[in-house]
Amino acid sequence: MTALLEIENLRTQFFTSAGTVRAVDGISYSVEAGEVVALVGESGCGKSVSALSILRLIPNPPGRIVGGSIRFKGTDLLQLSDAEIRAVRGRRIAMVFQEPMTSLNPVLTIGLQLTETLTHHLGMKTDAARARAIELLNLVGISDPDQRLGQYPHHFSGGMRQRVMIAMALCCEPELIIADEPTTALDVTIQAQILELMKGLTKQLGVALIIITHNLGVVARYADRVNVMYAGKIIERGNAQQIYHETSHPYTLGLLRSVPRLDQPRKAKLDPIEGQPPDLARLDDGCAFRPRCRYAVERCATEIPPLEGVRDGHVSACWQRDSLGQSARDVS
Amino acid sequence: MSTESAAPEAGHGATASIAKGETLVEVIGLKKYFPVTEGIVIQRKVAEVKAVDGVSFHIRKGETLGLVGESGCGKTTTGRCILQLDRPTEGAIIFEGVNLVELDHRALSPYRQKIQVIFQDPYSSLNPRMKIGDIIGEPIKVHGIVPDAGKRRRRVSELLSLCGLDPRFADRYPHEMSGGQRQRVGIARALSLNPQFIICDEAVSALDVSIQAQVINLLEDLRDEFNLTYLFIAHDLSVVRHLCHRVAVMYLGKIVELADCDELYDNPLHPYTQALLAAVPVPDPEVESKREYRVVKGEVPSPMNPPSGCVFHPRCPLAVDRCSSALPELREIRPGHWVACTEV
Repeated sequence: MTALLEIENLRTQFFTSAGTVRAVDGISYSVEAGEVVALVGESGCGKSVSALSILRLIPNPPGRIVGGSIRFKGTDLLQLSDAEIRAVRGRRIAMVFQEPMTSLNPVLTIGLQLTETLTHHLGMKTDAARARAIELLNLVGISDPDQRLGQYPHHFSGGMRQRVMIAMALCCEPELIIADEPTTALDVTIQAQILELMKGLTKQLGVALIIITHNLGVVARYADRVNVMYAGKIIERGNAQQIYHETSHPYTLGLLRSVPRLDQPRKAKLDPIEGQPPDLARLDDGCAFRPRCRYAVERCATEIPPLEGVRDGHVSACWQRDSLGQSARDVS
Repeated sequence: MSTESAAPEAGHGATASIAKGETLVEVIGLKKYFPVTEGIVIQRKVAEVKAVDGVSFHIRKGETLGLVGESGCGKTTTGRCILQLDRPTEGAIIFEGVNLVELDHRALSPYRQKIQVIFQDPYSSLNPRMKIGDIIGEPIKVHGIVPDAGKRRRRVSELLSLCGLDPRFADRYPHEMSGGQRQRVGIARALSLNPQFIICDEAVSALDVSIQAQVINLLEDLRDEFNLTYLFIAHDLSVVRHLCHRVAVMYLGKIVELADCDELYDNPLHPYTQALLAAVPVPDPEVESKREYRVVKGEVPSPMNPPSGCVFHPRCPLAVDRCSSALPELREIRPGHWVACTEV
């Protein structure tokens, strides 16, 4: 069986006055039908750009997808015409953005924004689209949907708007939803509601989900498979268990160590990753994490470590992957 | 770096020296209502937003008090009232024995040096047209602490290196720096006046986890080195637990629970605190798969029209009839553990 989505060697670059920024630098991963895949990393690591590249939403200029392929059910999305990719966006692959405050149009009613997709993609008549919109708002837990349809986004709270965004993503019954930091702007109790809703709905409807986040707790709870990104590359991939308990890349290890945890006794001191993430316009030949890495050896300065296996589908881009993985397993 | 000259010196304005462990700041019955008006030319007040509605707590010298809650619960307004950036509608702010609310602009000036603030957004809290050196040096100049320009430059270099930045950054502009570096500049600026008390308003929320840990460690080191007192306003419960000695949980303008840090996290009593703690996912798939997960229903009501009785009762799993009529007082259930709930 082929995967639902297969990304191979995707490279997206931005051509700026400061030089070429290699925002996504040769990433490959796949998503199976119905699976929840997480992309984790810090700001500027290319996780959002890689997601926007899937739907070809990179503003050109300055950005351009310079190489690779994105096969969705066998079709390379990068080879489609503009009209063809428009038929995919929102219809077969939907997106939920981070900012519920800015991603809805403030001067259009919720009803219009919800039904637009339905009339455009599915050619529904106004009445049918309205009925479907009410059904969707019910599904995402908005009470009084009939009245709500006539209201504007400013009548809704942040959590409600994100529910509307999810309803919009679901309306054409897509096979894949890309959620870019869907809960970052929300409070924890609302975050929990939204994530449970998304998890429940994707399971119920059999939709695959790519969830982009920097929150390691969210990943631990919801993701089947995890891709950790740093400086435009995937540096470690595995299932949640492998990433959290058999960590085989120093960056992942650093991330996990630098967050204070509620389920463990208080530590006297946090253990941060020293230094700053690199400038993606000025990367050298070696491993991009080398300047901040405690385990760096000479080889790291000259050769970029390939993303290779530790064991059982768990891969890491580090020359020390085996010893790191072994010591992590010993500890846990 | 020379710690001696960077250490806070007493002696600006009225001095009452407060020993470690004694009360430095006391907030009594603080209320801040913002008017909601209608009409463009003739404005009529049609409603009030009760941002902070009767909040009382104290902070001891050398202590860090955490103030947690979700957006709109009034935690930032509480901070701004202590700073006298917003004048409270009612209540008193006692700092070193003086009620700041009664002071006029001029009389407040010495206290403005002693109480400083670090803001959340490292992008909008630094003037993009000023060099870093001027941003940090300006408060020292305005308050006339170091009138001599050369000495002031030295002081700025000292502050920069104290906050883990290269002193040469003084000649740069904010846009040349990353978020974490800018937040260090914000910290250096707050320290420039040798304050006693710093309000950290979501000071690490905008930073990436690896950088966040660096800044948290810096705040801790500075606290220990200069015997600083913090009010740490945040929504991230795990960060608050790491940094604070005592924690107050706010909901819709009121404190619902206040206790020592370990007591609050090990033994949360108020149903809202329990819901907050339960909603935080733990970065460990094994723990997560075993954990009981209760999602609290509904959303935070509007502070313009808060529910009668206990403000949490519409979302509360423990709510009984009387919760919708009687306002629960904050009561001490165990020594130092205060809860505003009648059902625990």
